[in-house]
Amino acid sequence: MDSFPASIRFELGVYVDIFVKWLYTNFGDFFDAVSSVVLWLMVNIENILLWLPWWSVLIIVLLLGWRFVSPIAGAIFALMLVLVGSFGYWDHMLYTLAIVMASVVISLVIGIPIGILMAYSTHAQSVMRPILDFMQTMPSLVYLIPAILFFGLGKVPGVFATTIYAIPPVIRLTDMGIRQVSKEMVEAAVSFGSSSWDILTKVQLPQALPAIMAGINQTTMMAISMVVIASMIGVKGLGMEVLIGIQRIDVGRGFEAGLGIVIIAIIMDRISQGVANRFKIPS
Amino acid sequence: MPVKIEVKNLTKIFGKHPKSILDKVNQGWSKEKVLAETGHTVGIRNASFQVHEGEVFVIMGLSGSGKSTLIRCLNLLNKPTSGEIYVDGENILDYDKKQLKKFRQEKLAMVFQHFGLLSHRTVIGNVEYGLEVRKVPREERLSIARQAIANAGLAGWEDKMPNELSGGMQQRVGLARALANDPDILLMDEPFSALDPLIRRDMQYDLMELQSQLQKTIVFITHDINEAFKIGDRVAVMKDGVIEQIGTPEELLDAPESEYIENFVRDIDRSKVYQAKHVMFKTTVLVTIKQGLKTALNEMKTNGISSVFVVDSERRLQGIITIDDTVAAIKEGKTLRDILRDDFFTTDTEASLQDLIPKATDTKYPLAVIDENNKLLGLISRVSVLSALV
Repeated sequence: MDSFPASIRFELGVYVDIFVKWLYTNFGDFFDAVSSVVLWLMVNIENILLWLPWWSVLIIVLLLGWRFVSPIAGAIFALMLVLVGSFGYWDHMLYTLAIVMASVVISLVIGIPIGILMAYSTHAQSVMRPILDFMQTMPSLVYLIPAILFFGLGKVPGVFATTIYAIPPVIRLTDMGIRQVSKEMVEAAVSFGSSSWDILTKVQLPQALPAIMAGINQTTMMAISMVVIASMIGVKGLGMEVLIGIQRIDVGRGFEAGLGIVIIAIIMDRISQGVANRFKIPS
Repeated sequence: MPVKIEVKNLTKIFGKHPKSILDKVNQGWSKEKVLAETGHTVGIRNASFQVHEGEVFVIMGLSGSGKSTLIRCLNLLNKPTSGEIYVDGENILDYDKKQLKKFRQEKLAMVFQHFGLLSHRTVIGNVEYGLEVRKVPREERLSIARQAIANAGLAGWEDKMPNELSGGMQQRVGLARALANDPDILLMDEPFSALDPLIRRDMQYDLMELQSQLQKTIVFITHDINEAFKIGDRVAVMKDGVIEQIGTPEELLDAPESEYIENFVRDIDRSKVYQAKHVMFKTTVLVTIKQGLKTALNEMKTNGISSVFVVDSERRLQGIITIDDTVAAIKEGKTLRDILRDDFFTTDTEASLQDLIPKATDTKYPLAVIDENNKLLGLISRVSVLSALV
């Protein structure tokens, strides 16, 4: 058997290392700034969640489920949370919720403007499309490498990696939602002398809202699916418990924590879908 | 009437480098040749026309004739490749962004084929839109919008969503939205094409009714020649991006300048287009009420007619007398007033021949055309009603 000639060797990894080091040395302050903003956001969300009495969380979930899904669903969601609490994972669940929420907030703040830009500029779209494909096909573990490099261990790189993994749907669906707005509707708005800002805020975004809401739902789901992986770089929460369960071959512990993640995923999915349905434009 | 809109040598080419194709188009390359050799589409070729204030100007053509492209040039939804568009004497192509915005907000409003309503807003939310972008205070714009909705016959539907309304009602919202802005000019891009025929007829009627009160300048696009002739003061016929002929419906019927238009008007029901004023004749053979019977008899004899209309000194219609009655009355010593008859038909100048046909077949006298003061303007012989149809 002929193996691949060793003489043909392109040391791409070396250049990547050089590039990342260059980024780190030249933009260190930038990463520090980003890091402190993200940390501030995370800590505040965590503090608010931890400050809430446990029963008030149940009531909030009950009411959200009642309002946006169905009364029975609200009750079931609350019972499911009681189950997670009974595993002894109440605080872990809140930590997980906090990282998911922080990542989703950051995804929206960055993703929606990028989606708008893509909808407005075909050039931007053709640049962004392959990047998004790349982000979605890359194994999510790989995001941990730059995350650690830029932000070390802990919450911030967890949010960073989760955001990168979770952001593509909201970008794509914002882009698609705006592009799908009927041409005549936009023409009507232009014909009345609307400014570009009027058209974006009074016509395109409201019309794209159902698609954007679907994007938020998907982004949330992807963020949740990232929590176990993020725990590898020290993010506390249910993911960490699963990881510990794996490392110690503690099936029971892993199962409990895993079930907790599933429960959070179901509740967030149903409620965010219910909210998204509220924004559907009847046609 | 003063000119409201004047379009001069307007050309619109779609494609990557429209300006570079302009010379070839001006040299008279056909649409197909331009498309095949350059990949550009000629939308409008050298169109010129004027629209007068208060006029309903209809642009008619089949799909692909460039009529929608043309109307979109008038508010610069489409940017013309070359040419000039004057509205109230100002070339709107010279406007900067701010002036253009103001022009669109205040001078004109557009009604769309598929209504173009914002489906996420209520009826009133749609109608107030134009005022909202003009930054009219909320209370004021809501009251204007409410009035516009009431005028469109949709009172009580303010808080419904557009999808809860029928097509005809949706287009009424479109019209209310346009009129809420109180524009001088109304651009209507096939506004009734998407509606079913009965609703369409109602809407056409309502539009004509509205126009008789508001006297806006209306540019109206349609592919339906019956609609064009019904509502248009003047009609421009477009084909392949070229305006083939501009004229009143009667002019197009009587003197079509091309085979294309001839084919178009062949299907037209002439009795709907021709009105009383087109077929009436002005007569001097009249008897005034103060004249004697002998004069009347003489008048009928010299003109070889068997009846004559009687008017007063102001030419107001009093009645009709027949030659038989006149002869008998002279023998019996009666006066003209004794034998006046009123079993004839009157009509106004706007009545269509279609409406006159039953009258013409129902009487032995000519039809009298009168104005609102009962003044006799002319007569229509029964023959001319029936012969105008062929």
